[in-house]
Amino acid sequence: MSVLLILEASNGKIKRASWEALAAALRLGPAEGITAVVIGAQTEELAAEAATKPVGRVVRVEHPLLAHYTADGFCIALQQLIQIEGTTQVVIFAHTYQARDYAPALACRIGQVLIGDVVGIEDGPVFTRQLMQERLNGSYRHSGGGPCFVSVQAGAFRADGIDAQPKAASAPITTFAPTINSAQIRTRPGEPFRGSAQTVDLNSAQRIVSVGRGIKDPANLPMVQELATALGAELAASRPICDNGWLPMERQVGSSGQTVAPKLYLAVGISGAIQHLVGMKGSQCIVAINKDSDAPIFEVADYGIVGDLFEVVPALTEALKAAKQ
Amino acid sequence: MKIIVAIKQVPDRDAPVRIALSANWIDERDLQWAMNEPDAYALEEALLLKEKAGGEVIVLSAGPERVGSTIREALAKGADRAIHILCDDLSARDALGVARLLAAAIKPENPDLVLTGLQSEDVGLGQTGVIVAELLGLPHSTMILQVEKIEAGFKVKRELEEGWFQSIELPTPAVLTMQSGGNNLRYATLMGIKRAKTKELRTVNAAELGVDIGSVVMLERITAPIKQKSTQILPGSAREAAAALVEKLKTEAHVL
Repeated sequence: MSVLLILEASNGKIKRASWEALAAALRLGPAEGITAVVIGAQTEELAAEAATKPVGRVVRVEHPLLAHYTADGFCIALQQLIQIEGTTQVVIFAHTYQARDYAPALACRIGQVLIGDVVGIEDGPVFTRQLMQERLNGSYRHSGGGPCFVSVQAGAFRADGIDAQPKAASAPITTFAPTINSAQIRTRPGEPFRGSAQTVDLNSAQRIVSVGRGIKDPANLPMVQELATALGAELAASRPICDNGWLPMERQVGSSGQTVAPKLYLAVGISGAIQHLVGMKGSQCIVAINKDSDAPIFEVADYGIVGDLFEVVPALTEALKAAKQ
Repeated sequence: MKIIVAIKQVPDRDAPVRIALSANWIDERDLQWAMNEPDAYALEEALLLKEKAGGEVIVLSAGPERVGSTIREALAKGADRAIHILCDDLSARDALGVARLLAAAIKPENPDLVLTGLQSEDVGLGQTGVIVAELLGLPHSTMILQVEKIEAGFKVKRELEEGWFQSIELPTPAVLTMQSGGNNLRYATLMGIKRAKTKELRTVNAAELGVDIGSVVMLERITAPIKQKSTQILPGSAREAAAALVEKLKTEAHVL
């Protein structure tokens, strides 16, 4: 199996999600068949880091116009690499915001379709991805000639096992210089910036009560705040609540908000979309209150109450107050 | 400015979804349908841009007959006209197959801007907008919260991971996929609903668009996920369950 593993860097280091993609690649075939690809204007250190991992070889795709990520630059460079590589069977990415921005376009240029956000790989290979707000799983298969493009969901494959793989020596490193001219890059990216200053540090909270769509109306928030107060917990929310402006963005937990791991995480009326789960599934004890017994939040919960949150939340506040006395 | 907004009708998020007997799609009988939420944000952005700079907002949607109700909703919110690509096998097409339909309908319109949601709430591929851009040969950007018309084209605010953002400039025409939460969604007014009935809704059969219907990627089977973790569900009335939970949190989980 010949696999191109496209690595992504952040602050001069390969992202953990990329090593999870390597773990997924190792499900498909042995390390010798895996070519790790680093992209940028200066990739020497990234390549050296990649060479210590269980991969067959490392390719540095290097060009001054790749200093900053652009979909155009990355698509042009990787399309050229795939062409000279010849027999690639799988091109695999971590399903990051960056990959989501360009991998579908790259696949399309080669007449392929990305199987994105994969959570499982079975023999075949058959790729599993989630459907219907994580309520169902879909099994996908690639057909026809040409490489199969796959991106894997953060946390779906464990990166901590890859260093235990048997490995002879550091993988050989080569450099590929793509042909790109500046006129081909149509977008002008600015420097990343932070949103408004954070005044709530959910990270240091021991207990968090988090509220989701089930709350229906901002007028119902005081009921949840009362529960949080009774628990001595910070109030947080899933994305739709912050999108609606019902709570400030800084209280958002999830991939686009904060990642938290408190002792107790109590999810009220949160269905448990993956974007939320990645931000809280490391919590020590997770409690979910939801009317839908099939809600994916129950997948990660230690305790659950299936019921109407407008009855359960006040009852829980009362029970906590009673327990304190 | 001419803006096309590609919207998708998806099962309502509260509707219980069941697997069809064929096991390769969901049972569509007795489902409630709604506008895909990120697409509603794309529509909102388009309407705001039109209010600022003038122009036309055209709604585009592919799917069977039932999709008409979601298109009417978009017209009621303020879109000027609509194109419905009548297609009964949308779920059997891969992302490229769907994007080919949309691109074929968009091309003759020559829009200045194409907007769509960053992903659908049903299959969640998150690729359609990007592939449409590729097929039309247009620049694109994804996960956009705000769009501003500038001299050279557009300046957009793109969401990055973990609370970071980025400004990006793109020339006209361009394709953008919208993240939710950039604006507040408007409701259709009674007047809007009334006016929507008189607005142009052109229907095109998918077959007339003459696009390749072959799929590279096949959804073979849908299954219910196997539960990984054993959750203790606390039974009884709200009071009983709440009391039981407090006890468990104290004596078993030791988190109180």
